Amino acid sequence: MTTKRFGQRVARVEDERFLRGRGRYVDDLAADALHVAVLRSPHAHARILDIDVDPVLDLDGVVAVYTYDDLSGAMAEPLPLLIPHPDLTQGRTQYALAKDQVNYVGEAIAMVVAVDRYVAEDAVGKITVSYEVLPPVVGLDAARAARDLVHDDVPGNLAATSTQATGDAMAAIARAPHRLALDLDVERSACTPLEGRGTVAKWDVDNGRLEVWSSTQTSTGVRAAIASKLGLDLAVVDVITPDVGGGFGVKVVHPWPEEVLVPMAAMALGRPVKFTEDRREHFVSAAHERAQQQHVEVGFDDDGRILGLDVEIWHDHGAYIPYGLIVPIITTTQLLGPYKPPVYKATFHSLYTNTVIVTPYRGAGRPQGVYAMERTMDAIAAYLGKDRTEVRSVNFIQPDEFPYDQGLIFQDGKPLVYDSGDFPQMLDKLKALVGWDEFPALREALRAEGRRVGIGIGCYVEGTGVGPYEGGHLQVETTGKVKVSTGLTTQGQGHQTVFAQIVADELGVRFEDVEVVTGDTRRMPYAVGTYASRAAVMSGSAIALAARSVRRKALELAADALEANVDDLEIADGVVSVRGAPGAQVALGTLAVLSNPLRYAFDEASKAATQFSVGDPDKVPVPEGTSPGLESRDFYSPPRSTFASGMHAVIVETDPDTAEITILKYAVVHDCGRLINPMIVEGQIHGGVAQGVGGALYERMAYDEHGQLQNASFMDFLMPYVTEVPHTIDIDHLETPSPLNPLGIKGAGEAGVIPSAAVFASAIEDAEGLTITRMPISPSELYDLRRTHAGSDPDPVTSPPDARTEPDRPPRGRHDQEDS
Amino acid sequence: MTSQPEILASDALHHVTFTVNGAAYEIDVPARRLLSDALRQDVGLTGTHVGCEHGVCGACTILMDGRPVRACLLFAVSVQGASLTTVEGLGEPGDRLGPVQQAFKECHGLQCGFCTPGFLTTITAGLRENPDPTEEEAREMIAGNLCRCTGYQNIVKSVLRAAEIRRESGGA
Repeated sequence: MTTKRFGQRVARVEDERFLRGRGRYVDDLAADALHVAVLRSPHAHARILDIDVDPVLDLDGVVAVYTYDDLSGAMAEPLPLLIPHPDLTQGRTQYALAKDQVNYVGEAIAMVVAVDRYVAEDAVGKITVSYEVLPPVVGLDAARAARDLVHDDVPGNLAATSTQATGDAMAAIARAPHRLALDLDVERSACTPLEGRGTVAKWDVDNGRLEVWSSTQTSTGVRAAIASKLGLDLAVVDVITPDVGGGFGVKVVHPWPEEVLVPMAAMALGRPVKFTEDRREHFVSAAHERAQQQHVEVGFDDDGRILGLDVEIWHDHGAYIPYGLIVPIITTTQLLGPYKPPVYKATFHSLYTNTVIVTPYRGAGRPQGVYAMERTMDAIAAYLGKDRTEVRSVNFIQPDEFPYDQGLIFQDGKPLVYDSGDFPQMLDKLKALVGWDEFPALREALRAEGRRVGIGIGCYVEGTGVGPYEGGHLQVETTGKVKVSTGLTTQGQGHQTVFAQIVADELGVRFEDVEVVTGDTRRMPYAVGTYASRAAVMSGSAIALAARSVRRKALELAADALEANVDDLEIADGVVSVRGAPGAQVALGTLAVLSNPLRYAFDEASKAATQFSVGDPDKVPVPEGTSPGLESRDFYSPPRSTFASGMHAVIVETDPDTAEITILKYAVVHDCGRLINPMIVEGQIHGGVAQGVGGALYERMAYDEHGQLQNASFMDFLMPYVTEVPHTIDIDHLETPSPLNPLGIKGAGEAGVIPSAAVFASAIEDAEGLTITRMPISPSELYDLRRTHAGSDPDPVTSPPDARTEPDRPPRGRHDQEDS
Repeated sequence: MTSQPEILASDALHHVTFTVNGAAYEIDVPARRLLSDALRQDVGLTGTHVGCEHGVCGACTILMDGRPVRACLLFAVSVQGASLTTVEGLGEPGDRLGPVQQAFKECHGLQCGFCTPGFLTTITAGLRENPDPTEEEAREMIAGNLCRCTGYQNIVKSVLRAAEIRRESGGA
């Protein structure tokens, strides 16, 4: 009997090549390629008056230089606005090379192609651009004030205002026994994969084909964009995503300017061309996320039950808005988390600034939404003097209420309906895991030693596995090997392993005989991409369906070959056998031979399928409704997203003198439905938590007032090393299967990062007795916060944190509205 | 335009000889060519990855005469006569994985694999110096390398497991 692979901690098949240095990342390809360097704007906001490329043209080793004037046709039009929305009335996107204005430091202005990157950068340094510098709009305060405009024709710097509501929230809040208002702030961070962006293109003049390798999260998207921009038939463009050194969202944006410029140059020059982004370029010319200002109004009863919730959000989307409104839509819808406020209204304003574009970063707006909701929960608990978990509990959607319709439209344009979950049980597990009920005693004990500790909690729901679809193709070769392809791409999630696990079980073959290819448009031209924690749900389901189709075909072929009834057959280890009839069996490889009626025998095995060897002379060899080959291509398209959920808790210690924040314990309870490979899911959670720690305590994009990013290096942008992450991350799983897909699975990729800002704010607030309204928070900021409060606050070490709820001392950023 | 000093990029090539993973190489490179680029482009060993080009991420870490160095912070001309080891040279005879590689596989110590070569080389050198690290020492051993995928949890486990494998196999 074949060992069941689904649900097992199967070691990854990817690892062998990575561990031996045999991975193939974009920059490892095309050793003979010409190299590109890009001249990028040094100004956040300027008109381009003149570009002088003459000094470059005679440089040894320079092959070509391009500016906007060298672009034609669709290449001379702005890059696409990928996700239009009716509320996005002022959408602006950049040109592949700046036309007459630059709107952020790092915007591409000219591209040099040279024999190597050194020469290309020399050449970039010799291009002279004359600018008329304009006042930059940096940060949300400046964007909202709109004294200066990023785009002259966009009043108020406002790309869109969008509202969703389930009723009259302000009226419900006004009627509520208690009311609070909160003003909250989240700063910018970024995905920061270790491998930056990269693209290689070759024009195959003999075949008339364009081959492109890109470090992307969507091969099919890049392919369509290139075909459209270069005026090529889709059929002559191949896009292959090789190994990718991390994505976390940023690589779903497409086409990047270089992703269309490099193929354009490769075609024009008839030589392979390569772009490899360097680290500084990644900081200033890729994408960021997270920055929002939030105003929350909430009305609630004596138990902390929310009666009305009204949220207004100002979202900084940077200089252009190619990815539409996805991030703030996710913020405002996923803000609701596991809770069910009876009346909810959310409005967001998406604003232009003269900074790098904002597109989804792992969590994609959810961390901010969860932050708003969980800060509100903590504020309610503090106000009522209740335990924070109690207040959350009374607001939970109950297990018998699924499917639960939140009454809103989600990011995929479908109703926000949660499919399954069990929030009360999840909270019980979390409290046990972190020692919630025992914590007050611990805190008191440590206080006696002069130490400050605090515990925090953050709960979230994550819509995963968004449509529209993914496909799976599966072919059994005559050797019995199973070749699988799916179109979405891989950036370290172990797709080759988990999809092979699914196929091994569904088809009944050895795991080792399954080989999976992702992100290659030659193998699967129909696909969407890897984002929104959707790969396992979407491609996993599609591949399962394809495996089931192949299984049916194999059983029918075997029934003929073995003269048996399909119902009496079973498949194990790649062999179909008749139950209870030892010896009556046929290998899948043989069935693959038989599935393809042949005229010519090219080897021993294929003789079995030639015209004088096989088939009923009275029947056509390939009957109507069938096709040759033991293969199938199937697609999975879900009715709507499936909703994973989780709860995190952290215990932190803050240094009474230096305000340094140390993590003592981190606990995660996570529900992504059925687990395909718990080892990989836990790895995803570990990585998410580490990114969350970075986002909550260290990482920010330090723009100055001129729009210069002051920390565009790994020296200055503080990504966590091992020294900053929790020593252990305690994980417990809950499995509420999704009813929406054949495997009962939900997405897991983004989960770890989602509640971080919320959970750390909660814990630091608990430790300090100060209200936390801005994240991330550094030791200096915490220190300043202590000093600001020092005048009115007693020593928080000796005063219980509940003191902050006294109405006569409303903390900054949180307004008690009882008497308003 | 402000006048700039003429770019120093002399095309003059310098002859450099060194060994990588036991094999001798002779290359002719400009003085400014980084060792990371020379390994990847002139030697053709692309296992050494470049993550930041300013010596912070550690992805390009290789062993130079047994000691970990950042290949992006060295010029190729400066390794004349040196003995270099890259990730491609960490295996055991018979195409078997080396102890650190094996430990990473067993402990799921990698995801996208981009930073991995730098961790493998760093830990290989670290375990030679300290064959039996405590968990805290394991953390210190990798504290100069960045990983964005794993949250380091399983990399720390991999260090400890690699030490075990080395002991089991007689301490390479």
